[in-house]
Amino acid sequence: MIEVENLNKSYGQLKALNNVSFKVEKGQVVGLLGPNGAGKTTMMRILTGYFSADSGNAKVADYDISENPMEVKRRVGYMTENPLLYTEMTVWDYLSFLADIKEVPVREKKNRIEKTMEETGVSQMKNRVISRLSRGYKQRVGLAQALIHNPEVLVLDEPTVGLDPKQIIEIRELIKGLSGQKTIILSTHILPEASMICEKIVIIDKGKIVAVDTQEELMRRLKGAERVYLEIKGNKEKILQLIQSIKGVKSCVEDVSKDKSHFVANIDCELGTDVREDIFRIIAQNDGVIYEMRPVDMSLEEVFLRLTTTENQEGGAVI
Amino acid sequence: MKKIWAIVKKEIKSFFISPIAYIVIAMFLLISGYFFSIIVFNTQMADMRIIFHNMGITLLFISPIITMRTFAEERKLGTIELLYTSPLTLQEIVFGKYLSCIVLFLIITGVTLEYPLLLRLFGKPDWGPILTAYLGFVLLGMTFLAIGVFASSLTENQIVATVVSFSLLLLLWIIGWAGDTVGGILGRFLSSISIYNHFEDFVKGVVDTKHIIYYLSVIFSAIFLTIKRLEWKRW
Repeated sequence: MIEVENLNKSYGQLKALNNVSFKVEKGQVVGLLGPNGAGKTTMMRILTGYFSADSGNAKVADYDISENPMEVKRRVGYMTENPLLYTEMTVWDYLSFLADIKEVPVREKKNRIEKTMEETGVSQMKNRVISRLSRGYKQRVGLAQALIHNPEVLVLDEPTVGLDPKQIIEIRELIKGLSGQKTIILSTHILPEASMICEKIVIIDKGKIVAVDTQEELMRRLKGAERVYLEIKGNKEKILQLIQSIKGVKSCVEDVSKDKSHFVANIDCELGTDVREDIFRIIAQNDGVIYEMRPVDMSLEEVFLRLTTTENQEGGAVI
Repeated sequence: MKKIWAIVKKEIKSFFISPIAYIVIAMFLLISGYFFSIIVFNTQMADMRIIFHNMGITLLFISPIITMRTFAEERKLGTIELLYTSPLTLQEIVFGKYLSCIVLFLIITGVTLEYPLLLRLFGKPDWGPILTAYLGFVLLGMTFLAIGVFASSLTENQIVATVVSFSLLLLLWIIGWAGDTVGGILGRFLSSISIYNHFEDFVKGVVDTKHIIYYLSVIFSAIFLTIKRLEWKRW
């Protein structure tokens, strides 16, 4: 549905996008993840036809964006980071204007506006002037604007930014509800959001794609190890040494010590091994007590930080 | 065409939501009304020639105010992105904006029809020159507005847009004076691009196609430049 190939874009000296390529299948929800200034908005502006790339191809809904921008724009709904609203208009007038310029047939217009307002939960605000709406409602009107012409592809730039937790959940539910029927590409720098809504994640940093994959696959590949968190009481030196000698354990590092014999250790093991049984036996045999033992999942945050901060050292190995 | 009309409707609405439309209409009527009464009382003639001259100059001041927001405001607020990512061509956007300014201008012009009607009540005005002058006045206004729309597309700042379009218009209005002093081919050229010189014949009751072509070509060029300006650095 969306195909991006070797896209480049510079603002003067600054390279905003550097040879970016990725693909999005029909009905997929893809998260564009990256720190501020990574090139997410630039990417979206190219996909929506706001401006052109310096080189490379981008296809949206099977139309080339530079050859056939009109066809692309008919099929794409775009919500910018700060919703672009004519604040002096009422919600109804605003959506009606957008329905007109987005070629919603006159006969369907009224129904379409009402349906979109219902979907986004702004029906009761329809006669309010937009400037008087709260931030959350403005965001919803912005989303309604993107949905008004029932587009096949939705491009959402930081759709939940600036909302309160309840509104965030509502907007996420809304986006989730749309997945399947629509191809959605959304940008965010909030990781749990990406892991919650998106099937596929594209991590982008300084204009380059650092990784493209599903969330699970991404973490699995990056981790390369299972981790166990352990809180025990017992003979520290001896127990640490014995754990170290278990087959499959890569490292065993003491983390925090409560006192001489009560401490926490982080154990990194090779992928696919479960050493918890062995650890239990060793500790029991040595008169130790386990307070807590659990496998640790590396969070997407860690994955993200590793990918975007130590890219030079291990970035090559990651992809 | 439907999409252009949608833009016109939206623009007109925001003219009348903001105080701009009311202020511009009131200002124009106040000043032209003042000229009308002073001139009619002084000359005691049912004649509108001098009045049209003064209305032209008044229009020179207010048309930059009508056009200043067209593109500058949308660019400042970023809402232009909404138009650019909708299935609209640049031509549709520019025509829509330009037409909305013309509609506001025609409303103002419509109200000034009270002047000849007042003259009709108390005297016997010569309708020929009044009608041609109105034709000239409308063409003059459309030209001013086209240049103003272009100026607005140059900047994000409405005040800059106003200053630029006002300066351009004033320059084109008075450039004929230089034509008289310079003389020769250059002088003739300068007189021929003066907006004022082309307006004069209409007021006298003469409709010459060369003047109509002049105004239409200035309008066309300004609109063309606006479209090119908006394309620049995006595609």
